[in-house]
Amino acid sequence: MSVLAIVSLKNGQPTKGGLEAASYAAAYAKSLGTDAVALISGSIDGDGGLGATGVQRVLVHAGGITDSSQWAKLGAAAGLEIGADATVISHDHFGRAVGPRMAVRIGAGMVSGVTALPKSGLVRKNVFSGKAMADVAVKQAKAVYSVTPNAFGIASDGGVATTESFDAEVGAVREQVVSFHAASEDGQVPLPEADLVVSAGRGLKGPENWGIVEDLAQALGATTACSRPVSDIGWRPHHEHVGQTGITIRPNLYIAAGISGAIQHLAGVNQSKVIVVINTDPEAPFFKAADYGIVGDAFEVLPRLTAAVRALNS
Amino acid sequence: MKILVCVSQAPDTTSRIAFTEGGKVFESSGVQYIVNPYDEWYALVRGIELKESLGGSVTTVTVGSAACDPVIRKALAIGADDAVRLDVDPTDAMQVASLIAGYATDKGFDLILCGKETIDHNGSIVPAMVAEMMDWPFIALASKLEVNGRVASVQRESAGGTESVEVSLPLVLSAAKGMAEQRIPNMRGIMSARSKPLLVESGQAEPATEVQEFTLPPPKGACKIIPAEQAEELIRLLREEAKVI
Repeated sequence: MSVLAIVSLKNGQPTKGGLEAASYAAAYAKSLGTDAVALISGSIDGDGGLGATGVQRVLVHAGGITDSSQWAKLGAAAGLEIGADATVISHDHFGRAVGPRMAVRIGAGMVSGVTALPKSGLVRKNVFSGKAMADVAVKQAKAVYSVTPNAFGIASDGGVATTESFDAEVGAVREQVVSFHAASEDGQVPLPEADLVVSAGRGLKGPENWGIVEDLAQALGATTACSRPVSDIGWRPHHEHVGQTGITIRPNLYIAAGISGAIQHLAGVNQSKVIVVINTDPEAPFFKAADYGIVGDAFEVLPRLTAAVRALNS
Repeated sequence: MKILVCVSQAPDTTSRIAFTEGGKVFESSGVQYIVNPYDEWYALVRGIELKESLGGSVTTVTVGSAACDPVIRKALAIGADDAVRLDVDPTDAMQVASLIAGYATDKGFDLILCGKETIDHNGSIVPAMVAEMMDWPFIALASKLEVNGRVASVQRESAGGTESVEVSLPLVLSAAKGMAEQRIPNMRGIMSARSKPLLVESGQAEPATEVQEFTLPPPKGACKIIPAEQAEELIRLLREEAKVI
């Protein structure tokens, strides 16, 4: 009995989602009085920071694979090798492909987007786009869990993990990554991973006015986002659209300026830890979902906030 | 190009979310059901576009009771050619995937398109399970799909950008924003949907998980309003009270 964390790499480093999966696996293993083992494919320096998350061993597959079917075979072989009853993976494009495939391969029950450790045979996840939670029981002996981004955090108080090479028969490549295009050139943290997000909507009146949004985001070290109407009319790129049909995010802080807070928008952001709403209309529905609100003009309020952040930082 | 699109029903986004029987059952009375938006806007419409440019057919598959028929007719009105409903009221992704894979096997499909997740259980599990059961390649969170002969060029959302991936057909993918634009069915589509074939098949598959209890999040505390002329105070509160910056 042990817990397996499946960790994807980007540029020779574990991804943020991979570190969260490892942290979750380590904490779960500790609660069971057993060990957690991470599995990577590719090469990393040392233990890649995985020991710090609390895992004891890192199995290193040299192949550097990305194909979801190959990963499922590799993960199943590693789970068998270490006797894992639980497998943990990120809830991003990688985990959404590899997690379910592995569950089928090993006959496990899968619970996706978990937000807390399993307790008394139940694990919690958000459902109805954050409007409710479900406690789910796995009816099989083995379980696969994918961890909601930003829900569990990354542990850093572990030690150093041992690394050992691991190989398995993984079959042919059918999914070939040919290129990568960065969404932004300015070094912003990608939206799904961002801790701080500054977002704006039609209240900004035009794309030429986004400077004040970007200034506040830059001062805070935050990532910019927008509402659906704004991306639909082309004021901002599609990848910035947060909401039901765009990206769902869960940052520590979500600042929304000039967004009324339609239910479709809330569905994408209501799991944020702290929500700040800035709107000229005191009746804007978004205030009901907010922790802090300013009834005022974004054109006046945002620059004052930016100045206050800069003053605090200097 | 023979395309299968997985279509699920989901409560309309504005539905009141409540549960009965000690939090075990979603209260569906008075709830308006819609085609799950990711299935409709992205998977179905892209499937229809590919059929229009390459020829072939679009079949939808739904796992559910006869209560799903209105959303299946909507998918037919948007432009699917025919529909299959696998007559099981599902409780789990493994069960749904087994039924869909069981239906799709040996039918000669080139593509199985799914929405990235449903807006009720937010699972995002069924598509990749279908792929594994059929031993087909799979791409999650695809925002673009072009097909050239037996090779699909797919873009997917990845940390910090988009990845371009080339995949051999047959292929399963889950579709996200960017894949296509919503289509509103016209009157001709709505009329013709009534006479398009909707085949009902029975099936059986076991769930691998079970929801024990749904709970509602604790009510949000009152919003603290800060006067606009003291906007700076917000930054202090975010640091000292909320401790998020």
